[in-house]
Amino acid sequence: MNFGEGLTPEAIAFGLFTLLTLGGAFGVVTTRNLVRGAIWLIVSLFGIAGFFVLLSAPFLASVQVLVYIGAIGILFSFAVMLTRGMTNLKERFNSQWWLAALAAVIAFMLLMVGVIIPVFGNTGAPVSDQVQTTVDLGVALVSGNQYVLPFEVASLLLTAAMIGAIVIAREDD
Amino acid sequence: MQCDNIINTLAPCLVQSGWNGDLANFISIFLGVVLVATFPLLVTIGLIWFERKFAARIQDRMGPNRVGPFGLLQPFADVIKLLGKENITPAGADKVIYNIAPPLMVMSVLLIWAVIPLTPIHVGMDLEIGALYFVSVASFGTLAVIFASWSSNNKYALLGAFRVVAQLISYEIPLAFALLVPVLLAGSMSLVDITNAQAGMWFVFMAPLSALLFFVSSQAETGRGPFDLLEAESELVAGFNIEYSGMKFALFFAGEFMHVFTNGVLMAVLFTGGYIGIGGIENSIPLLGLVFLLLKAFVWYLLALLVRNALPRVRIDQLMNFNWKFLVPVSIVNLVMMAFLFKVVQELGLAPAPGLENDFVANIPQTLVLFAGNVVLGLLILSVVRQNFRRERLEESAKSAIVPVGAGD
Amino acid sequence: MGVPLWMYLTVAAALFSIGMYGVLARRNAVAVLMGIELMLNAVNLNLIAFWRYQTPFNMSGQAFAAFVLVVAAAEVAVGLAIIIAVYRNRQSVEVEDVDMLKG
Repeated sequence: MNFGEGLTPEAIAFGLFTLLTLGGAFGVVTTRNLVRGAIWLIVSLFGIAGFFVLLSAPFLASVQVLVYIGAIGILFSFAVMLTRGMTNLKERFNSQWWLAALAAVIAFMLLMVGVIIPVFGNTGAPVSDQVQTTVDLGVALVSGNQYVLPFEVASLLLTAAMIGAIVIAREDD
Repeated sequence: MQCDNIINTLAPCLVQSGWNGDLANFISIFLGVVLVATFPLLVTIGLIWFERKFAARIQDRMGPNRVGPFGLLQPFADVIKLLGKENITPAGADKVIYNIAPPLMVMSVLLIWAVIPLTPIHVGMDLEIGALYFVSVASFGTLAVIFASWSSNNKYALLGAFRVVAQLISYEIPLAFALLVPVLLAGSMSLVDITNAQAGMWFVFMAPLSALLFFVSSQAETGRGPFDLLEAESELVAGFNIEYSGMKFALFFAGEFMHVFTNGVLMAVLFTGGYIGIGGIENSIPLLGLVFLLLKAFVWYLLALLVRNALPRVRIDQLMNFNWKFLVPVSIVNLVMMAFLFKVVQELGLAPAPGLENDFVANIPQTLVLFAGNVVLGLLILSVVRQNFRRERLEESAKSAIVPVGAGD
Repeated sequence: MGVPLWMYLTVAAALFSIGMYGVLARRNAVAVLMGIELMLNAVNLNLIAFWRYQTPFNMSGQAFAAFVLVVAAAEVAVGLAIIIAVYRNRQSVEVEDVDMLKG
C-alpha cells in the first residue's frame, strides 16, 4: 500500500470509522453494563454506516442508520431496561471464554489467509464511473428477472417476525 | 468556476487571492456548515419570543413585555439566566451519556437542515436519498430521549421516556408513509427534485390527505399540541428531562422549538413548493427563494402553534389508538391509492406533456383527478369513523340503560 | 478511492471475530444477540466492499446487503421477544440457565 500520496480525506474518514466500528465492537463484548453495551453497539453500527457512505452506497447507509440506530438500538435498550439486573453483570464471560478467544483469533487468521492475502497487493482503484445509483437498486429489487421474489419473501419474513414477536412477548391474560 | 460573487463562489475567490486550493475548499465548506447550522438556531431565538406572545394572546394574557420593546429581548434574558444557573449532574448518573444526550437532541434537528434546499442555488447537500436521510436523522432524537432518561438515574425520567419513545416510534410510521407520497409524485427522494417538481403545481393540491397526515404525525414527533405527553407537567413532573438544568435543559428546549419550525420548513418543501415563488422570480434573485421558503414555513408553523394551543392533551391510550387504529391504516391506504391514481393518470395521458411540467395549466387535469381521489377517500374514512363512533355510542347507552338510574352515585 | 479493498476486508474480518468472541463467551443472552448483530454487519460490510470494488455495474451486492438488513431486523425482534419471555418464566437471561430441554 502506498501512503506516499498523503493522507486523503477519504483515508482520514476510513480511519475514523474503523475506530468507531472496532472500538464500539470491543465495548459491546467487554462491558459489564448492558445499556452501555447497547450504546457501544449503536456506535459500532454507525461506523458501518460511515463505511457504506465511503463505498458509495448512500441508500444502505441511510437504511443502516434508520434500522439499526432508530429501531434495533432502541429495541435493545428497551429489552435491557425491562429485564432487571443487566446493568451490573458480575460474571461477564462464561467458563470457556479463553476457548472462545482462541476460536475468534483462529477465525481472524483464517479470514486473513483465505480472503485478504489474495487481494492484498491489489491496490488498484475500482471502476468508479460505472457505479449504479439508488434508482438502479430500486429497479433491481422489483424487476421480474432480478430480485422481486427475494424482495417479496423478505416482506413476508418481516410480517411473520412481527407477529411472532408480538405473540411470544405478550403476557398471557 | 470564476470568482464573480463572493457569497456563491468563496473557494475560487480565495484561490485567486493566493490560497492553497484544498485549504480554500475546506474553509468554504466549513463556513457553509457553520452558516447552515447557525441559521436555524438564530431563527429559533426569534420564534421563542413569537410563540410566547402568540400563546399569551390566545390565553388572554400580555406575554413577555418587560425586556426591550414588546419584550423582544426576553429570549436573550432567558439565555443569560440559563447560562448563569448551576449545571447539576445527579448522583449515580452515567456522566458521559448524561452529557451527550442534550447535544444529540439538537443535532437530530440541525442535521435535517443539511438537505433542505434554501434557495434555487443554495442547498447544504443535495442527497439523492434526502427524504430517507431526514427520517433516519430524526431517529437520533429518540435516542437522545433514551440516553437522557436512563443516564439521569431517575424513575420519573425513565417512565416519561417509555411514553415518549413509544409515541415517537409509533408516529414515525404514518410520517414515513405520508412522506412517500411527494417522493412518488416527484419520482425522486432528493428534496431539491421534490421542490422543482412543484414548479407547476404544489403537492398539497394533489395530495391534501398526505399533507394532513404528515402535519399531524410531525406534530406528534415534536411532542407538541395535543400530543405533549412527553412533558405532561401535571402527570410526569417534567418527563425525561427532569434531572437537567441550566444550559443542558435549554438545549432540549431549543431542540423542541427548532423542531417545530423545521417541521414547518419540511411541510413547505414537501407540499407547498419550497423556495418556488411567483413567476420564477426566485431564479433571478436567489435570496428571494429563502424569503418564500421561510414565509411558507411560517404559515405552517402558525398552524402548528394554533393546534398546540387550542386542543386539550390526549391520554396515552387515546394517543396509541389514534396512531395504530387510525393514522397507520389511513396512511397505507392513502399511499396505495395515490400510487394507483398516479399510474392511471399517466396511462390516460392526463399528466403534463414532456417539457410542460412547470406549466400551471398543463398540471390541472392530473391535479383534479388526484384531488378528487383524495376527497373520495377522505369522505370514505369519515363515514367509517362515524359508523364506528355511532356503534360505540349505542353500546355505551345500552350499557348505561341496564344500570338503574342513580345507582352509581 | 484512496482506500484499497483489503483494508475494508480486514476491518470486516476483525469485526466478525470480535462478534464471534461475544457470541461464544458472553453469558448474557442479550449480549450474545449483540454479538450476532456485529457478525451480520461484518458480512454486510464485506458484501458492499466486494460490490463496490468488483461488480459495481450490477446491483447484487447492495440487494443482498439489504436482505441481510431485513433478516437482522427480524432476528432481533424475535430474539428479544424470546429473551423477554424466558426472563418472565425463569427470572434470568443467562444462556446457561435455559436448559429445560436437557435430559
